[in-house]
Amino acid sequence: MMMLKDKIVARMPEVRVEEGASLLTLVTPPEQYRALALFLRDDEEARFDFMVCMTGMDWGDSLGVVLLLESTALGHRVYVQTGTPERDEPLLPTVSDLWETANLNEREVYDFFGIRFAGHPDTRRLFLRNDWVGHPLRKDYNADGLVNPVRLESDETPDDTRSFLSGGGEETRSLFDDEEYVVNIGPQHPATHGVLRFRVALEGEIVKKVDVHCGYIHRGIEKMCESLTYPQMLPLADRLDYLAAHQHRHALCLCVEEALQVEVPERAMYIRTIMDELNRLSSHLLFWSTLCMDLGALTAFFYGFRDREKVLDIMEETTGGRLIQHYNVIGGVTADIHPNFTRRIKEFIKYLPPMLKEYNEVFTGNVIAQQRMMGVGVLSQEDAISYGVTGPSGRASGWACDVRKRRPYGVYDKVDFKEIVHAEGDSFHRYLVRVEEIVESLHILEQLVDNIPPGEFAVKTKPVIKLPEGRYFKSVEGSRGEFGVYIESRGEKTPYRLKFRSTSFPLVSVVPLLARGSKIADLIAIGGTLDYIVPDVDR
Amino acid sequence: MFDFSVITQWIDQLLRGVMPDAAATVVECVIIGLCLLLGYSVIALALIYVERKVCAWFQCRLGPNRVGPFGVLQSVADMIKMLIKEIIEIKHVDKFLFGLAPYIVIVASVAAFACLPFAKGLQVLDFNVGIFFLIAVSSIGIVGILLAGWASNNKYSLIGAMRSGAQMISYELSIGLSILTMVVLSGTLQISELVEGQADGWLLFKGHVPALIAFVIYLVAGTAETNRGPFDLPEADSELTAGYHTEYSGMHFGFFYLAEYLNLFIVAGVATTLFLGGWMPLHVPGWEGFNQVMDYIPSIFWFFGKVGVMIFVIMWFKWTFPRLRIDQLLRLEWKYLLPINLLNLLLMVIVVVYELHF
Repeated sequence: MMMLKDKIVARMPEVRVEEGASLLTLVTPPEQYRALALFLRDDEEARFDFMVCMTGMDWGDSLGVVLLLESTALGHRVYVQTGTPERDEPLLPTVSDLWETANLNEREVYDFFGIRFAGHPDTRRLFLRNDWVGHPLRKDYNADGLVNPVRLESDETPDDTRSFLSGGGEETRSLFDDEEYVVNIGPQHPATHGVLRFRVALEGEIVKKVDVHCGYIHRGIEKMCESLTYPQMLPLADRLDYLAAHQHRHALCLCVEEALQVEVPERAMYIRTIMDELNRLSSHLLFWSTLCMDLGALTAFFYGFRDREKVLDIMEETTGGRLIQHYNVIGGVTADIHPNFTRRIKEFIKYLPPMLKEYNEVFTGNVIAQQRMMGVGVLSQEDAISYGVTGPSGRASGWACDVRKRRPYGVYDKVDFKEIVHAEGDSFHRYLVRVEEIVESLHILEQLVDNIPPGEFAVKTKPVIKLPEGRYFKSVEGSRGEFGVYIESRGEKTPYRLKFRSTSFPLVSVVPLLARGSKIADLIAIGGTLDYIVPDVDR
Repeated sequence: MFDFSVITQWIDQLLRGVMPDAAATVVECVIIGLCLLLGYSVIALALIYVERKVCAWFQCRLGPNRVGPFGVLQSVADMIKMLIKEIIEIKHVDKFLFGLAPYIVIVASVAAFACLPFAKGLQVLDFNVGIFFLIAVSSIGIVGILLAGWASNNKYSLIGAMRSGAQMISYELSIGLSILTMVVLSGTLQISELVEGQADGWLLFKGHVPALIAFVIYLVAGTAETNRGPFDLPEADSELTAGYHTEYSGMHFGFFYLAEYLNLFIVAGVATTLFLGGWMPLHVPGWEGFNQVMDYIPSIFWFFGKVGVMIFVIMWFKWTFPRLRIDQLLRLEWKYLLPINLLNLLLMVIVVVYELHF
């Protein structure tokens, strides 16, 4: 990393290198931004092929973005920061051609900060209405209800998009031709698992183009977090991906704890890890059920829900919550485990394997199910990395991206488990990875459940927490990928900027690529096996 | 064995005794029509209840259990709800075709329903090309479905209707050919003769290998004809919300719903008539005592019992298998079922010509 730093300083003297608590930050003027990005992606010693997170920023005197880049081959990470003092028509170069995941992320930044990206092919608002006034994550945003009242007329969906040119000016192009047969799949549709909307151009049964529309459940959680103290914002993390509530809250707690340098008791770490795995079990069982339902096997849906209920019961007894647990707090967990906790987990570990056998007989081995999924929506490893598709979907494409292995947290470094990786990348293997991960989760639980050490379940923390100045990023392996929390603190009791690296956002961004040229039914299979959760997309 | 024609002839003579012949015929037609419609709706309601119970048991649930004992009145309650619901007028639809479509579907299935031999002497339409007539009228239903999809002014409905058209026309071939195979074996197109011919053994056993192949093909194609899972693409709820009947409400939707269940009954009824001996009791040659006991069971129970078994099998398909994709569905028909069917027909002809059947 030091060699790389010297190389950058030698090649690009304009780039300033700041050394943070954990990672380097490369601060670059906008003119050098693209050149630096290209260098970081393509240089032999850098090879930053994975954009973990792109955060729009308003520093007051300038608007800009902070990228968190990672090299999948070399494992190192770096922040890249750029900004422009222009506030009326800020223009930055795009990197959407270097990392595909930047495509939707830059649209998000445009929506929330008004930053235009020169050369970005599709500059439209992503979450908010087209007639929204202002850009809400700017610090000088006018949040008065009179500026943006509740509008009663529906938002027209324009068929045109524009892209800004680096020399100034803009050009318009239309998204769909006049002859194209455009069908809305969503926002109210049984197979989108929430209020997500695809505009799909069809030719008979064949999907020509998919245009993703998000924002139907956008709640402005990142904006809300800017005015809440750290303990206050914890419940919001649960509400991002409700099927990975515990894991997401875990990430936020870890990030704050790391910044405060709080030592979490070992008992709490064990409990958190067990809960994470229970949460993963419940999520994967629900995935199995809903995928079967999407593909028309309704009976299988009930089998999955029957067994998921048992996981929820175990969690409910200890945490009081079924879907959303509110269990992690900064410094530990809210309460000690219920006396029945270990016994019921052991019973469940014995109960599930015969059920899994039944699942495989009913669905995995079924010839129709296999034909519906095999070879459908093939995602190559390069595309998975470029789109930032992590989690089971990324691992089905041969990318070993499990955060539990790469950057262990909790007590994952003390347990022995297999990282399920398949190289094929089609829907069937995305499905298979999850089914096999259920077995691995049981295996992890088996190792932990008898070894929960005695002691405190939480350390005392002050009611008002002030994080030291700096930027912090911590990620966990959520049920459907890497979930990260990025906090930029200025030493106050509220964060200056907080960004959630959503797990489902990249999954949705890859749908147009996978669905192109396949059938309508394949679109459903692709969506089902990617397993995105819409509140996590919209935040 | 009790012959229902005793009752029908008694009614006929009674009517002719009190009024002129022409008037008697008209009154008879009205009575028969009413009976058919009554039977039609009662069977549909019963089937809806059965389907909900069967599917609940497959899915580790209880199913309807609140309205009446064991929930048996649930579908009656549903019917009342359906009858008093508003029929919502949709803007920008072709009102005439939109309203016409459910009636075409229901008329087609009532006409096919009338051909079934329910018991000995209990059959409404019976003439020398009966089975041919049945195939012809049952395929009119496609027109209704296509019209519904086209007139709804809804893209989902249109895709559903197109899928339905492609699917029905394809699988009609298989149904027709497998019926033809059995007609070759029995040597008649008249439904009553088809059943009478099975007095010494059901056609499924008489025709052995080719009859068995035809039976399996008929079951697959029949399931596809009724738009039921795994062939429920026209109304694939996870893809097209409800397919061709998305925009229908109230009793218009109710007609599609009724017709769907009645088509299930008709497919099972035709399978029973062609392969399982219709209302003929099970006879085993040589077991005289056994055969006499079987004869004591009324023919109407035999028919409905066999139909019930067939319906259960078709429901079993639906609640077990995932849905096929449109190209896989068409490939199954054109690349596998159709060639097998043609060869099977040839095989049956050979069997009949050389008298290799029982």
